[in-house]
Amino acid sequence: MSTTVTVPSGSGASPAAGPAPQPQREIVRHWATPITFAVLTVISLLVFALGASGESATFRISTEADAVQIPDIVAPTVPVGWIITLLLAALTVWGLLSVRRRGTVPGWGSAAFAVLFVAGFLVWVVGAADTTTVFLTGLIAGAFVLAVPLIFGSMAGVLSERAGVVNIAIEGQLLAGAFTAAVTGSVTGSVWAGLLAAVVAGALVSALLAVFSIRYLVNQVIVGVVLNVLVAGLTSFLFSTLLSSDSARFNSPPHFESIRIPVLADIPVIGPILFDQTVLGYGMYLIVAALYVGLFRTRWGLRVRAVGEHPKAADTVGINVLRTRYVNVLLAGAIAGMGGAFFTLVNSSSFSKEMTAGQGFIALAAVIFGRWNPIGAFFAALLFGFATNMQYVLAILGTPVPSQFMAMLPYLVTILVVAGLVGRSRGPAAAGTPYVKE
Amino acid sequence: MKLELRGITKKFGAFTANDSIDLTVESGQVHSLLGENGAGKSTLMNVLFGLYEPTAGEIRVDGTPVRFGGPGEAMAAGIGMVHQHFMLIPVFTVAENVALGDEHTRAGGILDLETTRRRIREISDRFGFHVDPDALVEDLPVGVQQRVEIIKALVRDARVLILDEPTAVLTPQETDELLDIIRQLRDSGTAIVFISHKLREVKAISTQITVLRRGRVVGTADPGADQSELAALMVGRDVVLNRAKSAPTLGEETFTVSNLTVLSPDGVRLVDDVSFGIRQGEVLAVAGVQGNGQTELTEAIMGLHKAQGSIRLDGEELLGRTTRQVIRAGVGYVPEDRSTDGLVGPFTVAENLVLNRYDRPPAGNGLQLDPKAIRRLAQKRVQEFDIRTQGVDLPVGTLSGGNQQKVVMARELVDDLKLFIASQPTRGVDVGSIEFLHERIIRERDSGTPVMIVSTELDEVLDLADRIAVMYHGRIIGIVPGNTSRDDLGLMMAGIDPAASPQDTTPKGATA
Amino acid sequence: MSAVTTQAGPKPDASGPSAGRPAGGSALRHMLAGNGMVTVLAIVLSLVISAVLIILTDEEVLEALGYFFARPQDTLVAAWEAVAAAYAALFRGAVFNYQAEDFTGMIYPFMESLTLSTPLIIISLGIAISFRSGLFNIGGQGQMIFGAMFATFFGVHLQLPFGVHLLLVVIMGILGGALWGSIVGILKAATGAHEVILTIMLNYIAVYLVAYLLQTPVLQREGSTNPVSDFLEPTAVFPPLLGDSFRLHWGFVVAILTTVFAWWLIQRSTIGFQLRAVGANPAAARTAGVSVKRMYVVAMVISGGLAGLAGVSQVSGTEKVLNTDVAGSFGFDAITVALLGRSNPVGVFFAGLLFGALRAGGVTMQTETGVPIDIVLIIQSLIVLFIAAPPLVRTIFRLPAPSALEARTAADPVTQPALAGAAAATTTTAGGTAPAAESAVVGDAVGVAAGDAASPPSPAETASPAETASPAEAAPAGARRDTPDAGPPPGGRGTASPTQDTTGEEGEQR
Repeated sequence: MSTTVTVPSGSGASPAAGPAPQPQREIVRHWATPITFAVLTVISLLVFALGASGESATFRISTEADAVQIPDIVAPTVPVGWIITLLLAALTVWGLLSVRRRGTVPGWGSAAFAVLFVAGFLVWVVGAADTTTVFLTGLIAGAFVLAVPLIFGSMAGVLSERAGVVNIAIEGQLLAGAFTAAVTGSVTGSVWAGLLAAVVAGALVSALLAVFSIRYLVNQVIVGVVLNVLVAGLTSFLFSTLLSSDSARFNSPPHFESIRIPVLADIPVIGPILFDQTVLGYGMYLIVAALYVGLFRTRWGLRVRAVGEHPKAADTVGINVLRTRYVNVLLAGAIAGMGGAFFTLVNSSSFSKEMTAGQGFIALAAVIFGRWNPIGAFFAALLFGFATNMQYVLAILGTPVPSQFMAMLPYLVTILVVAGLVGRSRGPAAAGTPYVKE
Repeated sequence: MKLELRGITKKFGAFTANDSIDLTVESGQVHSLLGENGAGKSTLMNVLFGLYEPTAGEIRVDGTPVRFGGPGEAMAAGIGMVHQHFMLIPVFTVAENVALGDEHTRAGGILDLETTRRRIREISDRFGFHVDPDALVEDLPVGVQQRVEIIKALVRDARVLILDEPTAVLTPQETDELLDIIRQLRDSGTAIVFISHKLREVKAISTQITVLRRGRVVGTADPGADQSELAALMVGRDVVLNRAKSAPTLGEETFTVSNLTVLSPDGVRLVDDVSFGIRQGEVLAVAGVQGNGQTELTEAIMGLHKAQGSIRLDGEELLGRTTRQVIRAGVGYVPEDRSTDGLVGPFTVAENLVLNRYDRPPAGNGLQLDPKAIRRLAQKRVQEFDIRTQGVDLPVGTLSGGNQQKVVMARELVDDLKLFIASQPTRGVDVGSIEFLHERIIRERDSGTPVMIVSTELDEVLDLADRIAVMYHGRIIGIVPGNTSRDDLGLMMAGIDPAASPQDTTPKGATA
Repeated sequence: MSAVTTQAGPKPDASGPSAGRPAGGSALRHMLAGNGMVTVLAIVLSLVISAVLIILTDEEVLEALGYFFARPQDTLVAAWEAVAAAYAALFRGAVFNYQAEDFTGMIYPFMESLTLSTPLIIISLGIAISFRSGLFNIGGQGQMIFGAMFATFFGVHLQLPFGVHLLLVVIMGILGGALWGSIVGILKAATGAHEVILTIMLNYIAVYLVAYLLQTPVLQREGSTNPVSDFLEPTAVFPPLLGDSFRLHWGFVVAILTTVFAWWLIQRSTIGFQLRAVGANPAAARTAGVSVKRMYVVAMVISGGLAGLAGVSQVSGTEKVLNTDVAGSFGFDAITVALLGRSNPVGVFFAGLLFGALRAGGVTMQTETGVPIDIVLIIQSLIVLFIAAPPLVRTIFRLPAPSALEARTAADPVTQPALAGAAAATTTTAGGTAPAAESAVVGDAVGVAAGDAASPPSPAETASPAETASPAEAAPAGARRDTPDAGPPPGGRGTASPTQDTTGEEGEQR
């Protein structure tokens, strides 16, 4: 071993012609997902199956006024609990096997698991409630409404972070948008002026984020956190001085009306969600679609992603990195500002102190959950909206679950996702997307 | 096309990186810029490519003065550049990378990658590149990534192509292929600026050679010039190309690695069933082109990487121990990238000198540090290793590269080492310090310590090694005596063992 | 320094322009360029901007503005009066009430400032320690809630002699915060999840949890329907420090002791050494045998523990009960305090005093002049923004820029990692998702940074060109070495691809 030449066999392949042979690759197994499955299956067994109480849970889909009537779904709690537990157990076994075979669990498997688990939870919780009937369409529609600012916020996060600037200031952008929309709307009496003002305000907050992080190189997380405090302070200060002293003049904004698209709006369940919206609601769908196409199919998107992935490479092909960042961070702020306008021009009658209540942070979670993909972030935001709405609905139904625990759900889910799935997964976006630049 | 640089001066504060440099390159020529590390070659090219604004002087294209506000304008003027560190986006496909900045679009800004793909195939076929436009860049070997860079320039109709140290990451065979490509380009009328510090390549490819030293042109030469003459011009003095070193006094084989395998997070065998041993008083050099598993091998020994197999030092198993335990077992380790792995930049020189010994006397105890003792210790080490610093309380990040490396060496070369490992011990270090550092390494060997050196520099390998292990694709392709010829080592670094299967030496390799 | 080669060529100073004493060398210049000056000016600037806000929202000013062109002096007088009144009230409420009748009344505001700054100082020290460890603990709020919950539980339900009881409550509070903080550290170490997201989410969970527990017998006051706890036993509260006339309690002494402890921990202890190393360059720390993952947990345990202690000082000192608002905005305030104090315990102590005083004065200002206390938030966030961007402050006040070396040495590693030392610029993402852009961006940023600091982007600061800058290093003739033209980029190796080092280094063959 000391001086002789050791020659491993089979090393004669010519490396010169064409691409060099790839080194041998072995399967790396990620057990986190099936283990999570297993834990959740046990919970399902203990709670949904063994812990089932009440006779059945009724899910109403149509109201009596609807043109198309769909009968109620009545789910007997005990059998459904057992069936779902068995299905979850089967999925867990399948997940373990597929990790053994190919290293990971396919995404649709996780999706199926999640849907089943949520269904099991719904049946259990509704069945155990004082009122065992829940209006499913309303539950979903409410989720959509609650998700609107989250979706706007998460789009702002996606865009800004795709361009390489972490946006913790979504909260501040939403709040600034809500405030200026209320004030401008009230003073001018025009919803459109209010919306425009919100867009400008969101962009202004973004401008500060951009200047401090791009020009002055201040840590982006810090700028974001401080900007949130600044906006909260500013809006509260102005609320206490101007808005409360003359709320008729400064804080009674007009509101966007819903625009109902005939016929389409009558489709059960999805009709009211997709086709009975305000301008902001339709605009939201448009922005999600535009961002998705824009980021992945256009020249603009290619450049934005390049700047977010490897700015120096972008620079060497003549792309102005700083300008790209400035522009997209500003755009992101404008989008979040629009989401802010939703608070005061659609959802509530007037502005109140810190009315965004941390939604910007949930939007940030949706960005990560959605893997920096507009569509992914859209569905993540919807899920969080759904959880929040469940909290309200279940409180009305009188369930055994304290409302505080329902309120925690989005945050718990985010932690699970961040720790269990996103933390180590190397999905297409996470594989090379900036999240936090120190 | 004729490109002229006239009196280009580039200053950074009081430091002059380029001092009135003149350079002319014309179609069908390969003009080589030869110079040592830090001679100002890259700065000059960055000026030419519009990344830096020159302090004085002008650039002329076909006799007309031009100013480049950025790389985009330089490219528009027909200048292309293959950077030393590839400017490719790993998660993009080849086509996306090539299109970036010069995209074809349909209505509404929608990307039309098909046109780009066609262009890539055209160029790829013409030069025999074998590049798949839809492959992800991160999946491609380094040599192919470089071809993507060349395609990027050609797609933009570059008439002047700057190649900055293009062979640094290539095997000898890949290098020869690259030189062929450059000849083809030259013959098709492209003007080439070839930046290198490697005499052999420069002599093989150039029509004209300009030698830079310390930011100035110190001479021009034609390719027929004598190799040592060129070297002397480049370094500024007579150069001894090989130095004798004393014969080793070998002791027992106290360090052995057997069947070591390291997997990447996605399952690639980065180190593949590697076995070797080092005796006391012996230097084993691990040679190979960058990225063939050397880094992971040393990191696995240091407990920084999970691995399978066995690593024994003085009969004790090191595998599975924490890095701290490995260090405590008497292993000194100089990591390959000092600024990332070797030093904590904002920490003072003194703190860096006790980075792995802060909790042992005299630096401190298990609970707290002894700042006075740390200072005293630092002052002693600074003197001993001739570290040039304004004081041991300054952040180590303010020191020059050579002095930073000395700090790392001074920390790791402590008494009673059982094993000393140094990865790229002199990378980015000036000539004077190299001498000093090598001497230190040999002194450590002569005190009876097994020494493992990992280097991609053949000169360094040949200077230090008593035996040489060559790595290729994670495997040790062979362990050979320290006086093995460069040609044989070069072949082994390309995965071919000359002793084992001479018929595998392909004709392509033979043209070298 | 003797062997200068005979070749012609520039002969730059050994270590480039950046080394040595500041050029010009005047002490005044040195002072103007320093950190202290920037801090003072940042505070002044923030007060000025806030004054403008006060003026613009003052009714009398607005009224006078209505006839500005007729009598402009009215507007100016009204503006002056509005600001003077507000800031005078702020001063009276925070430092010294010269209008009070007796001495106690006069110094009462100062004692109140100390009282309010007590929890703020303690929690900010915790945040500062996390910052020094390279962790952005945004979760002070949740950790403080946990500390307060634990302290309250043991302070309400146990009957123990004085001293023992208080000690137990303090320990339990620290444990509570440490527990909540450790979740973050453990999850980050085990899964690579990012602590910013984790801490934000855990804040909300803690908020809902305390709200829930305050509705159960665990914490809720017997017979009450409000979410509020019983009063802590007298044996479990901090006694008043200067008699019963002031709310100031022994918790302030704890804050001072904590400051000393934090200083010792960061500067002198081996744990602190490891924490700082991990914070400044986790890769180098790991290579030197420091367990980075363990340090993440340790940092979060200490950070959370101190936040918990801050919770104790609220329920056991100032408030004596627990309600849902126990943590208030302390979590986020602590971030600004830690930044203002540059994550240095002594600095944090004084920054905490300042912000505590602003809080105390803000109350007086609101009640006496009607200027809402929210102005304090504005002042606070502006100060931090300005401090984080010294070049901005220097530009506004036309101050000289520090020399490159000073800029490097003085740059705050927390707010401006790109400026503070090359190796410090490495990323701290422990997760497997480290984005490719990161190192490149940082490398980029170093160049831009120097430009922004209004100093020439001197490559003498980076490793390789400095080699040529040193004539001394052209020493005796020796073997020729092929070395790469440029050393590794300052940001460390480009992580272009996790499996393959594409940055390309040297590989000489013959």
